[in-house]
Amino acid sequence: MSSKQGTSLVTDLARARGLGASHTGTEHWWEQRLTSIALVPLTLWFIFSIASLAGADYATVKAWLQQPLSATLAIILVAVTFHHAVSGMEVIFEDYIHTKCAKLTAIIAIKFVAVLGAVICILSVLKLALGG
Amino acid sequence: MVEFTLPANSVVRPGKKVSNARDAKNKRVFKIYRWNPDDKENPRLDEYEVDLDKFGPMVLDALIHIKNEVDSTLTFRRSCREGICGSCAMNIDGMNTLSCTKPIDEIKGDIKIYPLPHMPVVKDLVPDLSLLYAQLASIKPWLQTQSPAPPKERLQSPADRAKLDGLYECILCFCCSTSCPSYWWNPERYLGPAILLQAYRWLADSRDEMAGERLDALEDPFKLYRCHQIMNCTRTCPKGLNPAEAIVEIKKLIVRRRG
Repeated sequence: MSSKQGTSLVTDLARARGLGASHTGTEHWWEQRLTSIALVPLTLWFIFSIASLAGADYATVKAWLQQPLSATLAIILVAVTFHHAVSGMEVIFEDYIHTKCAKLTAIIAIKFVAVLGAVICILSVLKLALGG
Repeated sequence: MVEFTLPANSVVRPGKKVSNARDAKNKRVFKIYRWNPDDKENPRLDEYEVDLDKFGPMVLDALIHIKNEVDSTLTFRRSCREGICGSCAMNIDGMNTLSCTKPIDEIKGDIKIYPLPHMPVVKDLVPDLSLLYAQLASIKPWLQTQSPAPPKERLQSPADRAKLDGLYECILCFCCSTSCPSYWWNPERYLGPAILLQAYRWLADSRDEMAGERLDALEDPFKLYRCHQIMNCTRTCPKGLNPAEAIVEIKKLIVRRRG
């Protein structure tokens, strides 16, 4: 059962078994599916709203976002979009980056950037929605 | 990182051109990947022009003809020549399949033949499948029970037996696993479609008593969840099986046991 491709004395079964199963991954996979489902109506709502506001002045847009339903949906859209994006990027990094250090750095960086982006967007919505 | 270009010593160079069918009416060119571990040369693509009237209709018939009549150094695996042993899996005309069940007349133009993609090559069309065999062993592809063995055979209803249809037919040719980019990028951590179909074959068996332990051993971001359902496996399977569906069934079982 030895590998022909290298000089390693590690058996193929040891390579195949590795460190074993981590009993995780289901949550990540399931949330990716749930967020994609949620994004369908949220994105449609956002596109139709923006389209209907085309050419409107600042006061009109502000009045629209000050409606509780608009503000709520906008904040949920931001949160779900960033959640979905960051979990998708994590999968892409895991697929394609094989240097342990680079992979970990990329995954941590994308999570930090996502939190930053999400908080900025949510604060912007709140500022418009709650501002006088 | 993922390698998008071949290392310098793996770049395929043009090889020799041989013909034993100069005056033949019905001839085709086979372009075949050649690599010999002993001569330290790069791989090359040899071209063999042969007379189709001299042998049978399948790609394997052509390979055997070339080995017998033109170039005895051509190396490939074959055994049953009827699609049941899985030995002659290779990449023909850009698609992984069994050379013994692939008709030559289904292919337009020159017939390009390479070993199964992204595996270490032993020689010519022979890939090193050691890791895949070890991964198969790692999922314990045999009946596991805790009940004492019955005095006679273990019974199974016809309905439960039918649940194994589409799973038991797998011949372990590994056309699917070697067509899967997720398996190319993470072969040591992702089990790949062939092994996961085998894993589901035992999860779906009503006589097996270790479903929980089997799911425990699969629930992992790499072993199972590298599958992103691009369906290359199902498209390439020479037996018409659906590994992608088996993988989805495993994921559904894991979700179901959570609540």
